[in-house]
Amino acid sequence: MVTYVVRRLITAALILLGASFLVYNLTALSGDPLEEFRASNQPNAAQLMQARSQLLDLATPAPIRYFKWLGGAAGCFAGHCDLGKNLAGQPVTQALGQALVQTLTLVTGATILAILVGVALGIITALRQYSALDYGVTFLAFLFFSLPIFWVAVLLKEYGAIGFNNFLAHPDIPIATALGVGIVVGIIAGVVSAGSVRRRLIIGAIVFAFVTLVLEVASITQWFRFPGLGLGVILIAGVGIAFGVTVLTAGLQNRRALYAALTTVVIGVAAYFPMQPLLNLATPLMIVILAVVTVAVGIAVGYFWGGYDRSQGMRAGGITAFIVGALIMLDRFMQSWPAYFDNGLVRGRPIATIGAGTPNLQADFWSSGIDTFTHLILPTVALVLISLASYTRYTRSSMLEVMNMDYIRTARAKGVSERSVVMRHAFRNALIPISTVVALDIGQLIGGAVITETVFSVHGMGFMFLDGISHVDPNPVMGVFLCVAITALFFNLVADLIYSALDPRVRVK
Amino acid sequence: MSQQSQQQDVTAAPTASGAATAAPAAGIEPVLETKGLSLGQIVRKRFFGHSGALIGLVVFAMIFLLAFSSEGWGPFPGWWKYQHDQVTPLVNEGVPTWTLAPFSFGDHPFGQDRIGRDLFAMTMRGAQQSIVVMLIIGIVAGVIGVVVGSLAGYFRGWVETVLMRLTDIIIIIPVLLLAAVMSQTAGRRDSGTWFAQFAASNGVVVLGIFLGLVLWVSLARLVRGEFLSLREREFVDAARISGASNFRIIFKHILPNAIGVVIVNGTLIMSSAILLETALSYLGVGVKAPDTSLGLLISQNQEAFATRPWLFWWPGLFIVLICLSINFIGDGLRDAFDPRQKKFNAKKAKSRGAHGSAVAAGASPAAEPSLEVGTTVSSVTSEVPDTEAFGGAPERAEDGKGGTA
Repeated sequence: MVTYVVRRLITAALILLGASFLVYNLTALSGDPLEEFRASNQPNAAQLMQARSQLLDLATPAPIRYFKWLGGAAGCFAGHCDLGKNLAGQPVTQALGQALVQTLTLVTGATILAILVGVALGIITALRQYSALDYGVTFLAFLFFSLPIFWVAVLLKEYGAIGFNNFLAHPDIPIATALGVGIVVGIIAGVVSAGSVRRRLIIGAIVFAFVTLVLEVASITQWFRFPGLGLGVILIAGVGIAFGVTVLTAGLQNRRALYAALTTVVIGVAAYFPMQPLLNLATPLMIVILAVVTVAVGIAVGYFWGGYDRSQGMRAGGITAFIVGALIMLDRFMQSWPAYFDNGLVRGRPIATIGAGTPNLQADFWSSGIDTFTHLILPTVALVLISLASYTRYTRSSMLEVMNMDYIRTARAKGVSERSVVMRHAFRNALIPISTVVALDIGQLIGGAVITETVFSVHGMGFMFLDGISHVDPNPVMGVFLCVAITALFFNLVADLIYSALDPRVRVK
Repeated sequence: MSQQSQQQDVTAAPTASGAATAAPAAGIEPVLETKGLSLGQIVRKRFFGHSGALIGLVVFAMIFLLAFSSEGWGPFPGWWKYQHDQVTPLVNEGVPTWTLAPFSFGDHPFGQDRIGRDLFAMTMRGAQQSIVVMLIIGIVAGVIGVVVGSLAGYFRGWVETVLMRLTDIIIIIPVLLLAAVMSQTAGRRDSGTWFAQFAASNGVVVLGIFLGLVLWVSLARLVRGEFLSLREREFVDAARISGASNFRIIFKHILPNAIGVVIVNGTLIMSSAILLETALSYLGVGVKAPDTSLGLLISQNQEAFATRPWLFWWPGLFIVLICLSINFIGDGLRDAFDPRQKKFNAKKAKSRGAHGSAVAAGASPAAEPSLEVGTTVSSVTSEVPDTEAFGGAPERAEDGKGGTA
């Protein structure tokens, strides 16, 4: 095991050396770094040229410059990194730090969302193979997979930002629109739900009536201008969530787990008003502490309800507590929405098309949270759409393979409930190959999404890389390349180790 | 890289023992519908039974014919009256002229851009470019990937080490960088070298060859994985004993058995190649003006979305259509080549369990071969290609750095 890891690390270092040599020389030879001065008729063009040549050390041939750069980069092991400076004279290490933060805020949420939604969809489609839902999701997965992201981004900017902002200026929903949305959602619900035609029709009709009603109420109460959940919605949603979580984690026949989840919801609702003054003073650290406390309370409730299988109750309580806590936080964010909406810098057009935040916005935790959200929503949607497909398809095929295994038949034969078969026997084993994909994807994270960053003007790693290439400046390109390559190689190793840890049939040697 | 090394470390060990035990199990698989048919016949039968793939094939054929016949290619003239770079007077502010009732195309069915070029001609030219790039990338990457993968998998030893480390190095270099280098080199028209001259007139061909030179890596890994297990089979020993040369064994005996992986992965490389070409053109390092491409059209016209939305819709629609049809063809091919394809139905499984376990028990040993000792081999080798086969996140083309995987 240790020898395997060491061997892999040595190989990775050699690969990195070879690849970085190639990348440096390719960048240096890709164009003429003085081109912008050659065409200019400024009087001091010659001086500028000389300054640039000195800055980039053009007198030295590129392969030798690489070894100079390598000497600086090797300093990273000794404690002080020197990756050179970019054309503006800023050290590359510093620029990398800024770019990394931007990229990670952009990509992290999108990746997590894509994994959650993709895996869930994959499992559902596998369980209902060859249903209308399966065909629909498969077709959409292929469609999203075939979409060029820059095309999606322009559409999102037009309809998601400009159109939605226009709507927010006058948030009235005409009855015809509400009916239309209701019909569409109702049809989708009817197709998605299982059972006989009659049952599907009833479900579709109920969903249609509910959606239309909610839209009309929201329109009359100006909900989109002054959103909020309120205690009632949190209570109703919480009870629904308690049942849902119990069904998935313990099964409804485990009464104590259900009671634990419901008790957690009651505690959450009871804590709603006492918590508000505290939430007004929120800081990121406080939110983290509150989240930990909330989950701990849920687990404790499960523990005290006891029963024959305590851990199930604790799991149900903990998950329910987390979701209810998130609902309360969402409600608090919504309370800050009108203030953000009327802010002088936002001027009533909250959904932004470019950038990662409103410049010079002075706001508390909640408003700045909303600001990040409104800036990230469009790129996140675009990234989720295009990366959803691989997770869905992959989970589906992995789940189908597991459902065909002998031990699933054994489990059914000995009378295990279908919930247990799916959640305990099949799902966990289907996750093993998915873990590899996820680890590899995390390795790709900071490579960022060059095109997404370009379209939405986020100054992250991809932007830095493109900028370096277009100015024929190897230092920033090498900085980005090093970061991306090291994380990719590292997570490749992690993926292999995870696989062998999860699946004992696979050994690393 | 991990998937490759995973395969390497997993398959390398059990192949010797695993393949020997798995092989007879796979041999006795009684597939009645395929009795007496050759591999090609089975695949064709399955492929044409896949409606999604058939529709994809028809749509692709139609786009191919439309694009190449309307604008013409090389010396051959097309039937459409405008060229993609021909400026004509603006008709009705360039609004698309086709109407549904009464149905007519009019003079400029897709509309015109600001200076009066016909959008239909430009879109068709762009579709041609995409298809040409796709085919070139498929051929170049396919040939290199197959040769490198089979040499590494067949000879093992230092050949494998050198080739696979080379693969590792190439896979880590960002595709975007290579495209930028290529476009800068081709852009220097004053330098007067034969390459610059060639690139200036055939930009899209050069782009395709360059991209093909870096996109073969995933295929090489998969082919090598196949070869690692196939080279231990008896028919290879038989060929060797009867005096076949290495070259003959590789290309006549082993490669036809690995053709499924090659074709399926080749299709998926092609579908990601289309998105890659459009993305590179969008970023300004792919096809350049005065020539045109679908990505370039979108890039040039995205600012005009509010005033001339058709300039944006048509090129995008054609990218999506081409890519979607190729993806469906690839899906159909994968289903057709996958011998372990079975239809599983949770409801049926449950009801069958209710009717009596005797049927299920009788069917099971036949239906699920190669799950005994060979499990390690089959579970890993079968799951790993799937990720890459679907294109997976690592090969996601349009994020520019598809190659960093």
